Amino acid sequence: MRFMLLFSRQGKLRLQKWYTAVSEKEKKKLGRELMQIVLGRKPKMCSFLEWKDLKIVYKRYASLYFCCAIEDQDNELLTLELIHRYVELLDKYFGSVCELDIIFNFEKAYFILDEFLMGGEIQDTSKKNVLKAIEQADLMQEDDESPRSVLEEMGLA
Amino acid sequence: MEKTLSALPSLLSLEPGAKLAAASRLGALVRGITELASKQKQMRECLVRLIYCEMLGYEASFGYIHAIKLAQQGSLMEKRVGYLAVSLFLNESHQLLLLLVNTVLKDLQSTNLLEVCMALTVASQLFPPEMIPAVLPLVEEKLQHSKEIIRRKAVLALHKFYLIAPNQVQHIHDKFRKALCDRDPGVMAASLHIYLLLIKENPDGYKDLTGSFVTILKQVVGGKLAVDFNYHSVPAPWLQIQLLRILRLLGKDDPVTSEQMYDVLDESLRRAEINHNITYAILFECIQTVYTVHPKADLMEKAATCNGKFILSPKNNLKYLGLKALTYVIQQDLNLVLQHQMTIIECLDHSDPIIKRVTLELLYRITNAQNVTVIVQKLLEYLRESKDEYVTISLVGKVAELAEKYAPNNEWFVQTMNAVFAVGGDMIPSDIPSNFLRLLAEGFDDEVEDKQLRLYAVNSYLALLEKDQVQYPQRFLQVMSWVLGEYSYLKTETKPEDIIEKLHCLLGKCSVSSETKAWILSAITKLFRLTLNVKVLPEVLQSYGNSMDSCLRQCSFELKQLVENREIMNTVLPLDASCDDIVVDASLSFLDGFVAEALGHGAAPYKPHHQRQEEKLSQEKVLNFEPYGLAFVTSPQASSVTGRQSPAGLSIGSEISCNSTEAGIKDSNSLKLDGVKKVWGKEGYLRKRESKVEALASLGSESETTTDTSSKTERTATVSEEEQEKQQLASSLFVGLGSNNLVSLMGKPQSSTQKVWRKSKIVEGQNGHEKAMNAQKTIVPHPPQIPNLMDNVGERCSLFQESKAMPLRKTSSDSAEVPTEQPAQGYDRSWTPSNNLKTIKAMPSASKEPFSGLFADGNFDIIQPANCRSAFEAHDQISGLAPSLPEEFAQHAHSKLELLCANENIALFSCKIWKEDCLLIPLFITNRSSVEVHNATVNFALTDELQTSESTDFPFPVVQSQTTVKCHLCLQMVNPCTQVLLTGHLTYQLESSHCTQEEFTLILFLIDFIRPLKLTTEEFGHLWLSLSNDVKQNLSFAPNAPEALSSALHTLQKELKLHIVDIIGTEGIIACQLLPSTPCLLHCRFHGGILSVWLRSPCSVLPDCMLYECQKVMQNVQL
Repeated sequence: MRFMLLFSRQGKLRLQKWYTAVSEKEKKKLGRELMQIVLGRKPKMCSFLEWKDLKIVYKRYASLYFCCAIEDQDNELLTLELIHRYVELLDKYFGSVCELDIIFNFEKAYFILDEFLMGGEIQDTSKKNVLKAIEQADLMQEDDESPRSVLEEMGLA
Repeated sequence: MEKTLSALPSLLSLEPGAKLAAASRLGALVRGITELASKQKQMRECLVRLIYCEMLGYEASFGYIHAIKLAQQGSLMEKRVGYLAVSLFLNESHQLLLLLVNTVLKDLQSTNLLEVCMALTVASQLFPPEMIPAVLPLVEEKLQHSKEIIRRKAVLALHKFYLIAPNQVQHIHDKFRKALCDRDPGVMAASLHIYLLLIKENPDGYKDLTGSFVTILKQVVGGKLAVDFNYHSVPAPWLQIQLLRILRLLGKDDPVTSEQMYDVLDESLRRAEINHNITYAILFECIQTVYTVHPKADLMEKAATCNGKFILSPKNNLKYLGLKALTYVIQQDLNLVLQHQMTIIECLDHSDPIIKRVTLELLYRITNAQNVTVIVQKLLEYLRESKDEYVTISLVGKVAELAEKYAPNNEWFVQTMNAVFAVGGDMIPSDIPSNFLRLLAEGFDDEVEDKQLRLYAVNSYLALLEKDQVQYPQRFLQVMSWVLGEYSYLKTETKPEDIIEKLHCLLGKCSVSSETKAWILSAITKLFRLTLNVKVLPEVLQSYGNSMDSCLRQCSFELKQLVENREIMNTVLPLDASCDDIVVDASLSFLDGFVAEALGHGAAPYKPHHQRQEEKLSQEKVLNFEPYGLAFVTSPQASSVTGRQSPAGLSIGSEISCNSTEAGIKDSNSLKLDGVKKVWGKEGYLRKRESKVEALASLGSESETTTDTSSKTERTATVSEEEQEKQQLASSLFVGLGSNNLVSLMGKPQSSTQKVWRKSKIVEGQNGHEKAMNAQKTIVPHPPQIPNLMDNVGERCSLFQESKAMPLRKTSSDSAEVPTEQPAQGYDRSWTPSNNLKTIKAMPSASKEPFSGLFADGNFDIIQPANCRSAFEAHDQISGLAPSLPEEFAQHAHSKLELLCANENIALFSCKIWKEDCLLIPLFITNRSSVEVHNATVNFALTDELQTSESTDFPFPVVQSQTTVKCHLCLQMVNPCTQVLLTGHLTYQLESSHCTQEEFTLILFLIDFIRPLKLTTEEFGHLWLSLSNDVKQNLSFAPNAPEALSSALHTLQKELKLHIVDIIGTEGIIACQLLPSTPCLLHCRFHGGILSVWLRSPCSVLPDCMLYECQKVMQNVQL
């Protein structure tokens, strides 16, 4: 996979992950053009696009578009399901996810994505495993934070 | 927000100046720490916001360093955000990344699982090739980690490393196997990503794993995996698809391997019955695999039925994929298209442009002479609607190709091409107009037809230019002006003045680019040869004679001169002769005087591109551990290597550059020898002749070896080394004695060259120096022809041979002396004739007296290293150290064993073995020294053109004294090119001394990788239609005899290892393949003394290369 973009129906970028080295300028240009094309397509149309030298797979969930650029030999349908699995993960994690969840907790969305995909290849197909890993990290984090708050209290006292 | 961040540095630092009561010191410290901690927390918040800001398109580079800091210093949560920010902010080429290496290293060694996970993730995302070595050992170590999540991430990180720097991960291939056998299915699945890459590069290297992959797939399909891996009740679909892809690569063109997978493919096709996207995804891969592996009828039938489901589905996604699979499938079975005719027609008018496009792609593949008009029409319609540049470029190319191939008549062809130029605009790739013009100019076989076509083109362009207000794309205007300039004479009813007038109008338009103006000007120039009316001329000259554009100015001056002098005009611009060959002095011999003068003034001689690159590469080599030798000692050796490698005569220059000006003059002398007719391409032919002679020589010497034992073989050996010997001697003599000697030394062999090669025209163009070498090569089997001077050379070399061979001989007879008898001792004169009886016998004519006088100590030492190479060669052959090809290699066609490089300790021999599936390069390493050689490693540096299935490193921990070890390299050519250099080096250690490195080079030719492709006429036909890259060329071919075609084809077959599929009347079809499996098909037609060759291949470069080889062979035949 080359990159993954999440953007809203209004053309606002919500999440972007690039798996190949692309310059900032190029990223912006590609993102803008791609959003224009995808947003211009009608709902019933095919979810696959051949754009420039890329294959694009996109899917709309409510007001959010999930859009992946894949390699020539990659399977389009499988990528579609990969997007779906990612949405399932987000849904499970946030509990019926909506666009606002992703706006306010987008770093969490990134963490989940990193746990699910690595270097553009699917890392763990099991929903349970991915969430377990994320929850573990979150838990550790809280453990990590609790002693600090005690210190804080001490300092204040 | 930015404010907060810019204020951060001051917030972060503690305030030392704060005045605090002593009693509350401790409290302040605690507060300070917590403040710092809470600042980090604040920093985390800031960075998260910064990521968001950057996503919205704001400049956020000021915060990058803070992200790195946070990743480094923060506790777990901060680290997590820090790493995330770093991976989103930075890319592989960012400088700040260097600051991260240490952090990643630290975290990789951490005992905290999460930290290790984070470090692995970030390394796989960001690390550029040059930073990989830093983390590689730690990542490798993680393959043995007890937690499967770490193992999995490590495998994926290595996968990423493999993608960006394959050579750095090569040594861990066996660990990948371990990962493949991991007890955790997740780790195994991750390792498949790597295997897919490895197998794609070299399917043959992993055939043994087919069984394992099939078993895994069977288990997965059979639902043996944990339910965790199910996705919508389909067992591990990602894993299944990955396996299907791997099997596809393994089973391609391999009936035996394919046989193993038929069952599981059948099973997969059957299992996938649930109506869900994921099952369709698996089916889609299955269909592709079934049609890629060795065909099996009933499986293909089942796959075709499945594909029907896709095409007939109401869902656009499935329809799209179905059509896509069809473009793939029809390469095997055209009938499938017929089944789905109606759906395809419907899809042609589909509302979704993507589906339309994939349908057009399908139609393009099934185009033939009957349906071409409809299909081209559809393609053009789509083109007119489409705004996308990529689509336009790819489609205009296709339309132009179809029009050229299948045009039913002239009118249609010209009209279609006009449409292509008009629609394609200036995005059109430049090869389309030039191909079109070439076609017009070269024409077909029918003179009348050609005229009609040209006239029609002229008419249509005149009509187009009639229209005012229409702007045509530049390229279209260029085509028009060329055609009008070239062929207006065919249109007798229009006066040339009128056309000139029209073009002149065009010149005045500001929308016309200056490049196009130059085209128009040259068209006007051509038109002036048809008329004496020069009314417009002054105006044109006035406007462009002073143009700022030098090109336009030149055109207008040419115009002026030519109009003034009609005679020159008629010779320079003859009518209808655009494709007649013009004799060009390609060697630029008129510059020879200039070159000689420049060289005389001390300019460096010209080096051809490849040699410069080679030198550049060798300069780039890392640290040199060896002490620098004397310049003139190493230079002859180096030059003899380059001289051998590069067929281009001029490359000898490197030797000369080391010397002084006299040498330069000598070089320029040889430059003058270049005949006008010399084309660089002919050297290849020359080489072949040489190698033939060499082969003959080797054959001769081999047979002698078997019949007669000692003296004869030894003599040939000595003589054959003289060529190198002589060159080296020439240089060393030159150093010692000045230029006169050199000239006379070079002179004699040259005259003998002409004697031997008189009949061959090719040699005419050769550089004198190379001639000398040729002469020596030719002389090899005929010792009596050696001129006197050569005898001398032989004698000298025999001396070195003796002195050099001596210590080695001693060691073999008396091993106790080994430690004291170092090779250096060979330099002194301690040998006695009786000890060397055998060696002297080898040179019956050699008398040693003159040399002991000639080479007093000093001289001798200097010359020694330069000569050791050939001396050793001889020695090896005498003492039986020289390797011979083992049985398993010798059964294949192979070339003679050649010495690649040698010194007093080690010698490398190699040859080419043309195996059916690869070019095998065996390498024999002979340890000549009296001690063991340690840590010898041969390393080949493969260029992009070549590939190998195995590692390019061959380590030999210990090579015993006086023994030979061998290794071999299987090569295939991925990117066709006529010739490629295979370089490599050998490093080794003598006893405990430092590492020594020897470099060597082999030239590989395209022909080395060409193998016959056995096809039937029908298969040929199918394949022919499916291939898109083609090249057509007429080769002039003198004999007009009835059997000329077949004799020509058989020559091609013999020389190029092709397979003649069929010869029908005046046409013949030939097939060959470039290893690993790129087919190239040739269609030859013999007509009126001309052999027109039409080549096709899926690879765009291969036809050109093959054509070049064919041309060489045909020229060879004519000579």
